[in-house]
Amino acid sequence: MPAALFTFLWGSLFMSSDLMLLALADGVSYAALLFMVSLGLTLICGVMGIVNVAHGALYAFGGYTASYFTLMAMGHAPSTFTLFFCLLGAAVLVGLVLGTVLETGLLRWVQMRDPVQQLLMTFAAFMVLEDIQRLIWGTQPYSAPDIIGRLGTVNFFDVTYTAYQLIVIPIVALLSYAGLLFFLHFTALGKQVVAVTHHREMATALGIHAKRIGWLTFVLGAFLGALGGAMAAPTTSMVPGAGADMIVLSFAVVATAGMGQISGALLASLLIGLTRSLAVYLAPEWEVAVPYLIMVMVLLMRPNGLFSVAQARRI
Amino acid sequence: MTILLETKDLQLSFGGVVAADHIDFTLRRGECLAVIGQNGAGKTTFINICTGFLKPTAGQVFFDGQEVTHKLPRQIVRLGMGRSFQLPQLFLDHSVRQCLEIAAVGRAGHLSFFKSLSDAVDPHEINDTLHLVGLHQRAHEPGIALPEGQRKLLDIAMALMLRPKLLIMDEPTSGVASDDKMALMDTVMQALNERDVTSWFVEHDIDIVNRYATRVAAWIAGKVAADGPPAQVLANPQIQREILGHP
Amino acid sequence: MIRGLAWIGFLLCFALGLIFPWSKTPLIMALCYGMASLGVAIMMRAGQVSFGHALYAAIGAYSVAFMARSFPSLDTFTLLLIGVLGSIVVGGVVGLFVVRYRGIFFGMLNLALSMVVFSMLGKLYNLTGGTDGLRINRPAFFNQTLERDAFETSLLLLSLFFAALLVWGIQRYFKSAAGEALAAIKSNETRLEYLGLSARRILWNAYVLSAALVGLSGALFGLVQGLVTPDIGSWFRSGEYVFISILGGSGHAFGAFLGAGVFEAVKLFAAAYMTGVWQLILGVTLIIVILLAPDGIVGLLQKRRAAAGAST
Repeated sequence: MPAALFTFLWGSLFMSSDLMLLALADGVSYAALLFMVSLGLTLICGVMGIVNVAHGALYAFGGYTASYFTLMAMGHAPSTFTLFFCLLGAAVLVGLVLGTVLETGLLRWVQMRDPVQQLLMTFAAFMVLEDIQRLIWGTQPYSAPDIIGRLGTVNFFDVTYTAYQLIVIPIVALLSYAGLLFFLHFTALGKQVVAVTHHREMATALGIHAKRIGWLTFVLGAFLGALGGAMAAPTTSMVPGAGADMIVLSFAVVATAGMGQISGALLASLLIGLTRSLAVYLAPEWEVAVPYLIMVMVLLMRPNGLFSVAQARRI
Repeated sequence: MTILLETKDLQLSFGGVVAADHIDFTLRRGECLAVIGQNGAGKTTFINICTGFLKPTAGQVFFDGQEVTHKLPRQIVRLGMGRSFQLPQLFLDHSVRQCLEIAAVGRAGHLSFFKSLSDAVDPHEINDTLHLVGLHQRAHEPGIALPEGQRKLLDIAMALMLRPKLLIMDEPTSGVASDDKMALMDTVMQALNERDVTSWFVEHDIDIVNRYATRVAAWIAGKVAADGPPAQVLANPQIQREILGHP
Repeated sequence: MIRGLAWIGFLLCFALGLIFPWSKTPLIMALCYGMASLGVAIMMRAGQVSFGHALYAAIGAYSVAFMARSFPSLDTFTLLLIGVLGSIVVGGVVGLFVVRYRGIFFGMLNLALSMVVFSMLGKLYNLTGGTDGLRINRPAFFNQTLERDAFETSLLLLSLFFAALLVWGIQRYFKSAAGEALAAIKSNETRLEYLGLSARRILWNAYVLSAALVGLSGALFGLVQGLVTPDIGSWFRSGEYVFISILGGSGHAFGAFLGAGVFEAVKLFAAAYMTGVWQLILGVTLIIVILLAPDGIVGLLQKRRAAAGAST
């Protein structure tokens, strides 16, 4: 392991600048997607204290629905904007519908139970949704990459990259981030969400409708997860298991950053995304393991995550 | 009388609050010490430091001749210090009897993987202790079913099972109905006398302090403001003003 | 009463295996799942839920695979022993770090470690065969090479033996001083420390024990399948172990096997009659169990018995 790390660092110094830029571009675009999905997960973690395993299904459903809408739209000579709104619309639909079904239909019943039972509920929901996804869309790869072609490529320093992956995805991710922060800190509803996060009982005593806020937060988090899937869909073919891979990866981001840490998730996504991307070029066998290695190292040093606030000691 | 517990220049602050302000304190074997003071004066913090739950920023703690300042609670317990808590710390999923049995194996220090819990302890000792605190009727009920006063008794009984040299009781009668307070303390103090256990208890009820203590120490703002026989300390004008609430 | 049920259950298993030869493999797999879930249940007793215990199944299985391929003359027992020892060693080392964590952090750290190993198993193609996995040829049993059918029957008997031993042994452990102290950690760790006991040490012992159980299940699994793939160590598999422990109920060591039995039965029947929906059915089952019977099947049985006892 130390040998690999050494080779890794040494190699990164000697990588050609082209390869370095490519790795950087890969890393940023991957980090952006990871961030969008993790954003929803960490929001739900922070506000409701639930680790939502079904988030992976939200990602997958977002992706499949986005591809479906795109395929439907392609039959009617759509503009690029329309294609983009297919993606967005899919995310909104999945977030609203699935989010509500999960929150109101399932999680609300175990609100008072211990966190393990809540987590298992989401695990069970994930299992159910995985099969439903397979029933709806089958097991064959499902892809609708048309929007990528529409947006063309960008050239920078002799490196060519698709505009969609390099520009559109990071912009959407940043907009989601800014939008969420604005919502939480500058709108009345958002401040209520923050209040419920910090102290549910107190918030209720102040007249805040905790149940409604819980629903809103969950749907918001679900939308973000689905948006991640929708934005990712054109870059890949949707297959069964995409959700499973994504949930454990975004969980690595959330755990590394600290549960509920929104800005922390951005930094953790970049850390994981860029490191992984470098690994692809320098030490490919380690590529898949990198996010989890980072997670282990962070958890061993700071069990609450890199950016969590130390909690008051109650003697 | 030999010195059982001694602290030298103990210091600890939480943020801006000085919880332990250069405390020099000595406790002798056989004494029955009552600690009084307002909430937040540092009485429980002092207990936490002496029992190893908190580490002081400076100063030392000695128990039975050994320095225990940086030892873990379980190591200090092994040396002979037992403790009961302000909020009874029980094993709520276990029965009354099992709580005592676990305390007994704790004292023995050896956990069998094979022998059942009840076989690993001396049933007579458990029965004796149950009778002592009047819980033998409810021995098979889960801890969670007991009212507050009996929870406190169980908490103290668990500490007693350790056969400690020193038993520290943090507010043994708080939360107990007024009618039951004296009965509880009578029971406990008699058991301690029989077993030659040095006792130290934190109390707000001055009647209890008067009745059982051989010595009273008064805490004000992290310092020991008065220390001596009950009559002397309780008559002290500063103590009367600041702790007892007399004008 | 549950002990009686266990006896009946295991005998039934054996009978089924003899009557329906095709059922031997699923039965062995169910027993493996039961062992692994029992391992997870041990930690759950202390309130510690691990989402990465499949790591030890992977270690058990791949140790067996590596050894069997390097030394083809090794017999079944030796291989199983190696698998268990491997898990114990790794569990012992990992346990030193992991027992310092509580609650979700314990679960997360275990998960992270299992994912690192899982990823490596999938990627190091030359060593581990990557996602295709490694084949294991049938090892000898008591110096006899067996045909497939006889091998499976022997493995079934062996698994039943281990399962019965574990149900008896672990149940005893649960009721022992160490087992009750373990359960006490869940309700009040501070109190345990103030009784002179080391929660970390108790947890470490339990962790190594649980790793051994999961390792054994992995080793057996590899032998019966004749193939080990990285999936045996995936987070989803760890989740299934937790699922089965809850389904069966942690009140008795046999609960894990009850849960595993239901789990495999549903998988089998769903595969036979309604292809592609076994996850859906299991998911719905888990939801129902969590909502209505959070103490699992064993919990239901114990409640019924208490009610019957009270009314007599």
